[in-house]
Amino acid sequence: MHPAFSVIFLTTLIGVGQGMFLALFTGQSYSAVELLPMQDSHNFYGNGAIIALLFLIGGLIASFFHLGRPERAWRAASQWRTSWLSREVIVLPILMFFVFVYGVMHYFDLDATLFTADTGAQLELSLVIATFGMIATFALFICTGMIYACLKFLQEWASPLTVINYTLFGTASGFMLATAFANHSAPELMRFYGIWTTIITLAALATRVASLIRNSRLKAKSTLQTALGVRHNRIQQKSMGFMGGSVNTRDFFHHASLVVFKSIKWIFLVLVFPLPLLLLWIGMNDSNTNMLLAAFVVQYVGLIAERWFFFAQANHPQNLYYQTV
Amino acid sequence: MTQLALVIDLNVCVGCHACVTSCKEWNTSGSAGFMTDENPYGKDPTGTFFNRVQTYEVGEFPSTETLHFPKSCLHCEDPPCVPVCPTGASYKRKEDGIVLVDYDKCIGCRYCSWACPYGVREIDETQKVMKKCTLCVDRIYDESLPESERKPACVLACPTNARLFGDVHDSESEVSVTIREEGGYQLMPEWGTKPANHYLPRRKTRMHIHEDELQRADNPLKKEQRGPSAPVSEPTLDDSTSW
Repeated sequence: MHPAFSVIFLTTLIGVGQGMFLALFTGQSYSAVELLPMQDSHNFYGNGAIIALLFLIGGLIASFFHLGRPERAWRAASQWRTSWLSREVIVLPILMFFVFVYGVMHYFDLDATLFTADTGAQLELSLVIATFGMIATFALFICTGMIYACLKFLQEWASPLTVINYTLFGTASGFMLATAFANHSAPELMRFYGIWTTIITLAALATRVASLIRNSRLKAKSTLQTALGVRHNRIQQKSMGFMGGSVNTRDFFHHASLVVFKSIKWIFLVLVFPLPLLLLWIGMNDSNTNMLLAAFVVQYVGLIAERWFFFAQANHPQNLYYQTV
Repeated sequence: MTQLALVIDLNVCVGCHACVTSCKEWNTSGSAGFMTDENPYGKDPTGTFFNRVQTYEVGEFPSTETLHFPKSCLHCEDPPCVPVCPTGASYKRKEDGIVLVDYDKCIGCRYCSWACPYGVREIDETQKVMKKCTLCVDRIYDESLPESERKPACVLACPTNARLFGDVHDSESEVSVTIREEGGYQLMPEWGTKPANHYLPRRKTRMHIHEDELQRADNPLKKEQRGPSAPVSEPTLDDSTSW
């Protein structure tokens, strides 16, 4: 498939936003049961939610560049019964709404205590909102992943690993950003986020390598024989019926050379996993916000490469019909 | 239930592209607006087509065969492109099984073209909406046309009659009988899309001549070992008798 940058930015940016929000939710729920010190509502949770929301908005804006007719985008919410894309279109604004409400509650100190346990642990209204947001976050990860995983003849995508990878990559990059942000606004939480970032990034490494292995062993179900219905081992296309390009030749091929294609795989494997983890480790030891931000930026750039490779690797069966001019 | 479809006879198709041009001509003049054609006479021409004819070589020289392969929307009975559409612009008509795009609802997200394994949906890069074969839905029901012309433009244009049009759910229709009796098949059956369009395979007509067909084993002349007698000089019975 042709890697469209609108979709690459959409999926990576909302992934960061979702992960960042999950990090805030995780931090606040640990604090609610007094496993972590409670943070300043305005500075940490309020500003953190704004950052998460900005990433979600960035992703939403990127998605409009993918549409031919963005003015009709509202119609995309109508087919939620059958279309994962439609479900994503519904869940993304719902998540943005919860993140917005959560951010406003913290930023303007509008939080209310709903319940106080004997131990002194408090259930805040914002945590209830965040729980809904957390559900929406995971629903959005599932929707985004399923958009690709539900296309059964794109065999590289049609696997639960697609959904798992989207979830883990989004969460890892969001936690990475949360680590840098915590080092700046809530230093007591930096180590907590840093360790979780490491765990999630390593989990993502395991599942992404699993999907790379799976994809390298795939056997294409469709062949030129089934595409044409001709039973002969040697069939060669002599003409695709036109000499200029068409949507079929532009949208379904990555048009990169084999060297570029293969090197992007190694580039993302380095930029997403070992390099940011190294920077994260250095940044955690020095409590260096810039180093932690660098870890996030490196991983984000790596994720763009990862998404590029994700698209480029998928081999659409229609390509069988477009082998030669 | 009705399921309109095309049956394309690969044994007859000569790859002349008449179906491609007449399809483009009819559909670019239709109520849905033109079909993009950029730089038609310049460098890198590109445009939207509902129908393409491709050419393949089957076998290895010298025993090769040329296969001309027209490809348009197959109007699947279980179309994977329809459920993925987020706006409901892509739909399959209940009354005749034609898969259509509502150009006023399409947001041009291209997801349906990803979901079609056959690559027959092409986005119109000027109008920014997805386009595909309509089976000439604006023609086949047009009562201002004589009944013989209420067929898709490609079917009418085909000079070798390689394209048949009809209801594949009516088991006695011309297309159903042809599919049944001439070995009609579907493309990429492995995905369970149940394409309505069928293809008829290349067929070879071979003569099988046996030895005894060249030389009759029961030839009576050979049996009796005697040829007819030589002509005689005196009058025969035929000469003297008035029958």
